[in-house]
Amino acid sequence: MFPTPVQKASPFIRISYQIMLPVALIVWLFPLIGVALTSVRPASDLAAGNYFGMPSYFAGFENYGAVFRDSLIGQFILNSFKITIPTVIGAVGLSCLSGFALANYQFKANLWIFFIFVAGNFVPAQILMVPVRDLTLRTGLYDSVYGLILFHTAFQAGFCTLFMRNFIKSLPFALIESARVEGVSEWKIFAYVVMPLMRPAIAALSVLIFTFVWNDYFWATVMVQGAHAMPVTAGLYSLNGQWVAAWHLVSAGSIVAALPPVAMFFLMQKHFIAGLTLGATKG
Amino acid sequence: MTTAVSPPVQLGWFRRNQIKLAPWLFLAPGLIMFFIYVLAPIGQSIWISFFDWDGLGKATWIGLGNYVEMLDDTNFYISLKNNLLWLVLYMLSVPAGLGIALFLNQNVVGIRLYKSLFFFPFVISQVVVGLMFTWFYAPDFGLLSGLIQAITGSKVAILADDRYATYGIIAAGLWPQIAYVMILYLTGLNNINPEQIEAARMDHAKGFALFWHIILPQLRPATFIAVVVTVIGALRSFDLVSIMTHGGPYGSTRVLSYYMYEQALSEYGYRMGYGAAIAVVLFLIMMVFITFFITRMIAQERNG
Amino acid sequence: MFIKRLSLAAFALALSASTVLAGEIVLNSDQSDPAPKKAMEQLIADFQAANPGITVKWNNFDHEGYKSAINNFLKANPPDVAAWYAGNRMAPQVKAGLFEDVTDVWEKNGLNDTLKSAASSMTIDGKKWGVPYTYYQWGIYYRADIFKAQGIEPPKTWAELVAACAKLKAAGISPFAIGTKALWPTGGWFDYMDLRVNGYQFHMDLTSGKVPYTDPKVKAVFDKWAELVKPGYYIENHAALDWQDAMPQFVQGKAAMYLMGNFVVAPMKAGGLKEDQIGFLQFPEITAGMPKAEDAPTDTFHIPSGAKNKEDAKKFLAFVASADAQTKLNNILGQLPVNNKSAKPDDKFLNAGFSVLANAAGLAQFFDRDAPADMAKAGMEGFQKFMVHPEMEDAILADLEKVRARVYK
Repeated sequence: MFPTPVQKASPFIRISYQIMLPVALIVWLFPLIGVALTSVRPASDLAAGNYFGMPSYFAGFENYGAVFRDSLIGQFILNSFKITIPTVIGAVGLSCLSGFALANYQFKANLWIFFIFVAGNFVPAQILMVPVRDLTLRTGLYDSVYGLILFHTAFQAGFCTLFMRNFIKSLPFALIESARVEGVSEWKIFAYVVMPLMRPAIAALSVLIFTFVWNDYFWATVMVQGAHAMPVTAGLYSLNGQWVAAWHLVSAGSIVAALPPVAMFFLMQKHFIAGLTLGATKG
Repeated sequence: MTTAVSPPVQLGWFRRNQIKLAPWLFLAPGLIMFFIYVLAPIGQSIWISFFDWDGLGKATWIGLGNYVEMLDDTNFYISLKNNLLWLVLYMLSVPAGLGIALFLNQNVVGIRLYKSLFFFPFVISQVVVGLMFTWFYAPDFGLLSGLIQAITGSKVAILADDRYATYGIIAAGLWPQIAYVMILYLTGLNNINPEQIEAARMDHAKGFALFWHIILPQLRPATFIAVVVTVIGALRSFDLVSIMTHGGPYGSTRVLSYYMYEQALSEYGYRMGYGAAIAVVLFLIMMVFITFFITRMIAQERNG
Repeated sequence: MFIKRLSLAAFALALSASTVLAGEIVLNSDQSDPAPKKAMEQLIADFQAANPGITVKWNNFDHEGYKSAINNFLKANPPDVAAWYAGNRMAPQVKAGLFEDVTDVWEKNGLNDTLKSAASSMTIDGKKWGVPYTYYQWGIYYRADIFKAQGIEPPKTWAELVAACAKLKAAGISPFAIGTKALWPTGGWFDYMDLRVNGYQFHMDLTSGKVPYTDPKVKAVFDKWAELVKPGYYIENHAALDWQDAMPQFVQGKAAMYLMGNFVVAPMKAGGLKEDQIGFLQFPEITAGMPKAEDAPTDTFHIPSGAKNKEDAKKFLAFVASADAQTKLNNILGQLPVNNKSAKPDDKFLNAGFSVLANAAGLAQFFDRDAPADMAKAGMEGFQKFMVHPEMEDAILADLEKVRARVYK
């Protein structure tokens, strides 16, 4: 184990380490603490310039209540779910198919198609911006959750395919070989032999894609205008009024908006990390 | 023992050629979606970049006109310079992430909770990160300014100063990026062959020498991925620039991705053609890196 | 299965968007804030009461998002009435043929008389393209109590203003609060400097691209402006502050003046200031004898050329233009009616604004509406740069001229 485990080191080092951990954590999460403080601060504090001192009174219930009551954040969060969940299902589903194809079959174009999926996912969003928006406008899907769902499903398919293909490659090929020898059709091999083994990968990928799509800001601003389809990332800004900044509301809203991916993360930590680090363990 | 071989069953054309067709059938849905929403748009954007179009009326063909204009555009060069800054400084996340990973790679009580909490910033949306740091940097009521004032006696408004603003935004971006790299390295550290470490320790290898010769080489796959995501993240940065400074002050924090958006889709943007041209340039820059990464990955594939 | 459901849903969505009931008008606007929202609700209710056969379907957008949304829905799914702005801001839509010519509504309802002050800002190519319903004044809001304490009289000329600034600065108070992060407050400053130095006609010529930015008259504006920028009469670090974030300085007495629109009063009061602590003064005279024109951004309603129910939409426009409707609307909005037959407001600041605007030599629409979008953005960035680096004046003007040559071809 590297570095040397502290248990083996001198008591001085051991104790300093135990102290340094929480200190380092507080320094690291400092900005977050700032936002949490602002979210329980009353509006009058902000107008008077009291941004970082102690709030003059605890306005937590007021602010969070106002955020849900007077703003559309409930609607925004619902929209985020409406966009994210179908995308996760779509992208992961599609990539199971395409990942299986690329991992299992030797054909000339295999590596090229793989290249396309990977490269396509790394391209800057801006190169896609104008045509995708025009396409969405022309198909009448502009300003609707469906436009975003379709786009995200297609775009994330790149990363997901890369992920699934690598995972399936690591499965023992003998299973598939023996199924083939027995005359099982390719589709049945996929559905009954391989898919059950992919469960951990599916879990990991789903959590990751959920986070990526939930946190997307750029495409939300490009493809959606009305509150009926606006997800929470882009909707946060509309918590500011036309004339008056409502930072206490925006920060309360930010905390609320950040909760689902965070909850997802804490619940499915193992999968999350497995998903992110799959490539890092190849040697 | 003789194995009875059953006579080959006459299968239909489909079943015979199944293995050849199957991959294409499996690939079809994903590939089609990808084509419609990713590949075709890239071509279309390149096409649009040859026109002068305000998005409302007609589009007029001007050939390389947009690119010629770009060569003379100060804002383009500022954006390019900023992108370069992002690229270089973002690389700091790799050693920083490694450092924190090493710091946390212990087995004390509660370390799992610490690891999760350290990873936290990556899970939050960049919009929220941008807002947090904007307050942090604010000149009168921001904590950073207060700290600096306590030490040096003068206030500094990071986001208002064209010399510092970009660095301020990059710092905000590094926060979640370091968390990401940290997790990559933590996993990498977990997978290091313990026997190699034991053997090296027996040979009295310690500290930095141990780190450099044994640990780091074994972390190579993690480092590769860390560098890939860091480069991609640096060139893509849009959210933070948009939220924190809108590209200001007077355009000094602009990056190509934001400049393109401004020109094509923002409130004052009515220049689709020019915006597309900027996007093409950004795309070409990224293609250099993407190709490099892909060829490395393919080489690894072939060897692995 | 999922795909099938998806396409059915998409089909249904497209279908619902295109059906329109007879006697119904679809109205798109961006009153996402409490007061404007209430005002609109009242307006719609009154209109429906006065026109029993017509119902209004109202789509209310987020204020900022609306600015990008409008170009999309005008093409893809136009409503019958759309909110927007006057002057050069509506020019792209007019030139692209997306707005309907409503000169007939103006003539039938005598609007050329009652809406005289805003008539020129609604005219392009001699035709009228919409109906204005509200505007608000801009001016210098100042801390009356601080002025009194420092023995300063509200300045009427440039010299008096500069002297007042010097006095305030010597007392440790920043003369002017401003937040330039979102850029547009710099437009207000440039507008007033240009209007006072060179007059309304020159300003209109400049924003329509007829005058180069390297013209000595433009330089004169910047030179005059430098008299406030160079001695540091603006608060520090304004480039990092949105206009609301600069407000606390005014409320706390660290800054004594704020050039802004009238909407600034409500947050000032919310921050704790009493009404008698806030004063309003018209931007002082610079060139002696130059008639005073003002910035008065006007909000408007238009009929998209793709509207399905233009007849009823025109009735709506006529209703909005009427004196009573505008009185009621602006009472709730806290702004000024354009109709000169509307009742004068009670509020002290609005009252002052009413007289200022009624006597104005001309009404500019604000730099980012008078100048086309590209020029506006480049211009305001240049102004912000000048406010931080006044020594770069010549380079900034040269850059602006480069943009102008390209934009106004």
